[in-house]
Amino acid sequence: MKFGVIVFPGANCDHDCYHALKHVHKQDVEFIWHKESSLKQFDVIVLPGGFSYGDYLRTGAIARFSPVMNAVCDFANHSGIVLGICNGFQILCESGLLPGALMRNNNLRFVCEFVNLRVENAESNFSNQCDRGEVLNIPVAHAEGLYYADASTLSELEADGQVLFRYCDASGDITAAANPNGSLKNIAGIMNKQGNVMGMMPHPDRSYESVLRSADGAKIFDSVINLLQ
Amino acid sequence: MITAKINVTLKSGILDAQGKTVQHALHNLGIEDVAEVRMGKLILLTFGDISTEEAMRLSEEACKKMLANPVIEDYEIELIHRESH
Repeated sequence: MKFGVIVFPGANCDHDCYHALKHVHKQDVEFIWHKESSLKQFDVIVLPGGFSYGDYLRTGAIARFSPVMNAVCDFANHSGIVLGICNGFQILCESGLLPGALMRNNNLRFVCEFVNLRVENAESNFSNQCDRGEVLNIPVAHAEGLYYADASTLSELEADGQVLFRYCDASGDITAAANPNGSLKNIAGIMNKQGNVMGMMPHPDRSYESVLRSADGAKIFDSVINLLQ
Repeated sequence: MITAKINVTLKSGILDAQGKTVQHALHNLGIEDVAEVRMGKLILLTFGDISTEEAMRLSEEACKKMLANPVIEDYEIELIHRESH
């Protein structure tokens, strides 16, 4: 199995993802420069966090036109597994691979802290190593993480089990106080209808071993690895 | 020369957190009659020697493909004609 981590200009979590996959999860992984046009040799593509293109215009709005994104869309449309973290999630929404959009946090602050996530669907390609209702402790670091989608899109997401993670308190209750950015329905991570493309604002790439305070993020990577083994 | 003046704003009904904050600040300043503040972006596209129709067509295309996100934003295009120097 081979992972590819896309490197956009301005990405700053590409090495975190690479390190987590290569040295902690012992996977074959390679960086992919954003000018590449083929992803044929990869099984999983990771769009890492950061500030691609300086977040100019809108977060992810310019990165989605990077040459590699045509290949990513093609890869996703042929059932390839794609995981977008933070800015990667924003890019996936901008590119239309995931529904909705990520907007400025409702408190207008850059939020950088550990948050609790409730696992809403433990059968997905990205959460099969979790239990339904389990609370994961994973950090966020973003200024544009308010997940927005119109009412009909939201009810589709809910009905199809596409909401994977929601911001919650330590006991797993979904409350406004536990929502760091004003996301609708406390949504922190979703997948597409087909279940092969996932985006989440929290960073599993910053919480994959206990020395980082939490190893809960490892469950996300383990889920994908488990799927493909 | 033609310059397209493009205003991109959040769709009505979508919470504009920046606008709300600015509105509160205006109220604190004593400008209390402001009922709503909506923030947005102003984007100016200056074209070479092309027709008005072409400038409008290209501006629309730019907005649809990149300058505005149709999930959350609306846009307005105004074309301004200027003498070239």
